[in-house]
Amino acid sequence: MDLTLKIWRQKDSNSKGQMVDYKVTEISEHMSFLEMMDVLNEQLVNSGDEPVAFDHDCREGICGMCSMYINGEAHGPDRGITTCQLHMRMFKDGDTITIEPFRASAFPVIKDLVVDRESFERIQHAGGFISVNTSGNTQDANALPISKIAADEAMDAAACIGCGACVASCKNSSAMLFVGAKVSQYALLPQGQIEAKERVLNMVAQMDKEGFGNCTNTGACEVECPKGISLENIARMNREYLKASI
Amino acid sequence: MATLDSKVPKGPIKDKWTTYKDKINLVNPANKRNIDIIVVGTGLAGGSACATLAEQGYNVKAFAYQDSPRRAHSIAAQGGINAAKNYQGDGDSNYRLFYDTVKGGDYRSREANVYRLAEVSGNIIDQCVAQGVPFARDYGGLLDNRSFGGVLVSRTFYAKGQTGQQLLLGAYSAMNRQIARGKITMYNRHEMLDVVKVDGKARGIIARDLITGKIERHSAHAVVIATGGYGNVYFLSTNAMGSNATAAWKIHKKGAFFANPCFTQIHPTCIPRSGDYQSKLTLMSESLRNDGRIWVPKNMDDVMAIREGRKKPTELTEDERDYYLERRYPAFGNLVPRDVASRAAKERCDAGYGINATGEAVYLDFKAAINRYGTEQALLHGDTNPSAAKIIELGEQVIEAKYGNLFQMYEKIVDENPYKTPMMIYPVTHYTMGGVWVDYNLMTTVDGLYCIGEANFSDHGANRLGASALMQGLADGYFVLPYTIGDYLANEIRTGEIPTDTKEFDAVEKEVQDRIDFFINNKGTKSVDHFHKRLGKVMWDKVGMARNEKHLKEAIAEIKEIRAEFWKDVKVPGNANEMNTELEKAGRVADFLELGELFALDALNRNESCGGHFREESVELDGPQKGEALRNDTDYKYVAAWEFKGEPSEAVLHKEELEFNDIELKTRSYK
Ligand SMILES: Cc1cc2nc3c(=O)[nH]c(=O)nc-3n(C[C@H](O)[C@H](O)[C@H](O)COP(=O)(O)OP(=O)(O)OC[C@H]3O[C@@H](n4cnc5c(N)ncnc54)[C@H](O)[C@@H]3O)c2cc1C
Ligand code: SF4
Ligand code: FES
Repeated sequence: MDLTLKIWRQKDSNSKGQMVDYKVTEISEHMSFLEMMDVLNEQLVNSGDEPVAFDHDCREGICGMCSMYINGEAHGPDRGITTCQLHMRMFKDGDTITIEPFRASAFPVIKDLVVDRESFERIQHAGGFISVNTSGNTQDANALPISKIAADEAMDAAACIGCGACVASCKNSSAMLFVGAKVSQYALLPQGQIEAKERVLNMVAQMDKEGFGNCTNTGACEVECPKGISLENIARMNREYLKASI
Repeated sequence: MATLDSKVPKGPIKDKWTTYKDKINLVNPANKRNIDIIVVGTGLAGGSACATLAEQGYNVKAFAYQDSPRRAHSIAAQGGINAAKNYQGDGDSNYRLFYDTVKGGDYRSREANVYRLAEVSGNIIDQCVAQGVPFARDYGGLLDNRSFGGVLVSRTFYAKGQTGQQLLLGAYSAMNRQIARGKITMYNRHEMLDVVKVDGKARGIIARDLITGKIERHSAHAVVIATGGYGNVYFLSTNAMGSNATAAWKIHKKGAFFANPCFTQIHPTCIPRSGDYQSKLTLMSESLRNDGRIWVPKNMDDVMAIREGRKKPTELTEDERDYYLERRYPAFGNLVPRDVASRAAKERCDAGYGINATGEAVYLDFKAAINRYGTEQALLHGDTNPSAAKIIELGEQVIEAKYGNLFQMYEKIVDENPYKTPMMIYPVTHYTMGGVWVDYNLMTTVDGLYCIGEANFSDHGANRLGASALMQGLADGYFVLPYTIGDYLANEIRTGEIPTDTKEFDAVEKEVQDRIDFFINNKGTKSVDHFHKRLGKVMWDKVGMARNEKHLKEAIAEIKEIRAEFWKDVKVPGNANEMNTELEKAGRVADFLELGELFALDALNRNESCGGHFREESVELDGPQKGEALRNDTDYKYVAAWEFKGEPSEAVLHKEELEFNDIELKTRSYK
């Protein structure tokens, strides 16, 4: 198929960006979206232009590196997947596709489609851990049984890949789903109880400091989250926060 | 000529590690504060090492090319992690895990290292659970296990199909705790481009800030390389796009020997290639072989009919199917080790039985498992006479709970529903057992320079068993290196901070800068990928699943040619002082083009078949093992450690003879 691409080009964080049009031809429906971008970039390199910079690494939906905003949706049309898992069979010949970076004031653009997500890192530094020594002198792993239901629920929350689609999809650029997922994972496990209070207070404080917006319960984050992280995690974080504040 | 001293401690294998730890030099806590350690790579190996080293009190400077440690390639590991916990009571023990690993590696690994690995494996699980890693559990609340290829016990711990992710997030959380305390300084989006030696000791690195393009100097009392494997030398592999050999190769050029580069794992269960545009291939976890049966049609007519879309695989009766692994290896069946399964798939496809358009695919079928589980579930629900539809429904639910994310991944890529029609799979490069040579302390042949995780060669011999890479990465990082490095650093407590304004740093920085300037100014006519794909094709065709002298010699010549052309004609647009992804790729491919040659040379030197390395000249000619790989212990029972001498093919071979005192050398049989 032949496509028109409208892509955000921005030289660096200090420059102004703009949308630029490109054409690609003979795109196979079996290609992944990023393979289509490879075709474009090979074309640009061969004609002496600079290729479009975009983040990617694993190309199988798990590292959370890829981060495009395609036709107005984080990770594009199709549900439960990341940009690298999006396939061209979702598009048809003659389509025009708009490709932008994830936008949020806490995610400044570095170049073209690459954004800076260090704000997510700092939130994790604030409390995304259990303070256990890594000496290996912990108790036997089976000494403390954990119900299968709690373990499975913790796993579902822990599946977050830190991509930032939730933030990019939210009109307030709220990071509640991302933070809620981490808080929930630990809240559901006995190991996480000891520092539960400080964790939620510190992570939320850092989140606010980074300039992420408030949650107004529109639920857009849950819809676009590639890992199916549910709003229940936000509710659980709110309960944890309330518990910790009184 | 340097001699190889593996520094394996004396004494019975069961006591070596404990006794050694008792005697090793330690650095007192006050002195640790004055010692800096650079860790390059923050995957499972590097991330866990950073966490423990920081906790011990050292100042850690950590580097990764992604924008967060959480994105290292370890994140993609699906199936699980081994540990000799014997929670299932099926006879597992440290010795058995040790034995399976040495046997699985086809007797080409160092006994003492492997035993230590088995010994600390249980601790890893304890540690991870304490960190909040949500491993799968049974209804009684205890940890669940599955079994993996090449073994007869259930010792694999898992977190759905995302075990690597959860373990990495565990290590990441341990790092975050230390970053918050100021004990780790994390340099995200930084790429190490070379190592700096002062008076023969590793004292720092030159790194490029991938956002600004700035070339930076970083110094330390010791440098740890944890940058993963070099599977991307094949261009197509299951590795992440950025996975590279640069750090390992650069230290090789500065004196670290490179061991067994030809030991590469081609994984049997990956989604086959669909076209020339393919940028990477996706693994379907080995755990699927617990429940999936591998087959191709028995009759050529059916193969053709399926390829041409006239027949569906589900229409073939049991009699018309060749479950070739079950046929050839009745004892292990679909759970033979990876190298055996991969070669068997290649054998069938080479014979013309591949079932897709490229002729390079076989089936992995879940129908039998769905029926088995469905019947079992129906009984559990009190339904003694369930309908076929009910059985399938219940069975599919079980399969979904076990492998849901893998099935979803498959469906998104191939656009077929694997619950209803068998998956198509084919072998793909997945893991590199070879790597930087290290001694028992995990130190390379350069003083103060260490190498851990997939980047080193140490534990898996000629073939790695499933779920053992995660175990090795975390063992090296959490529990081994933090001890052994103390032995070296105990002599560094009076050194003081290492300055970076010295002639040694000047010289290496200049080398790095010159190379970058060359790429930017070369203005050739062909893209970096063009060369990478050509290299990959030579590697796959001539240094792939089956190798022979003629092809290997051709490969060496062809790689040299591609490399010469690359340096003449590569085109890198943009500038050096900005984010420039083509420039990053150019540096990595330049190194792959050298590594590939050494790889082929090593394969040529090793005229035996062992593990993932199959030489067509070395097969069993008759007897029950006829046609199987023939190992040659008389001539090749050694680690081939290569010393760089200017050109990859002029490398000098050093042999570390392997001793097997605790395991009898036997022909590996899975029949
Ligand atoms: C798809 C897939 C599934 C797998 N499944 C399993 C499994 O189920 N069980 C199992 O045991 N094993 C599995 N493996 C193997 C296992 O995941 C890897 O061997 C292991 O995770 C490697 O860990 P590592 O820490 O050595 O390196 P990696 O995780 O690859 O980390 C490398 C690190 O080095 C950094 N880096 C690289 N080069 C540079 C440079 N030049 N400068 C700065 N930083 C650099 C990267 O940023 C990264 O942080 C799987 C592998 C793949 C590909
Ligand atoms: S919650 Fe979902 S959308 Fe948000 S960072 Fe995690 S995986 Fe991405
Ligand atoms: S590239 Fe890793 S999630 Fe898309």
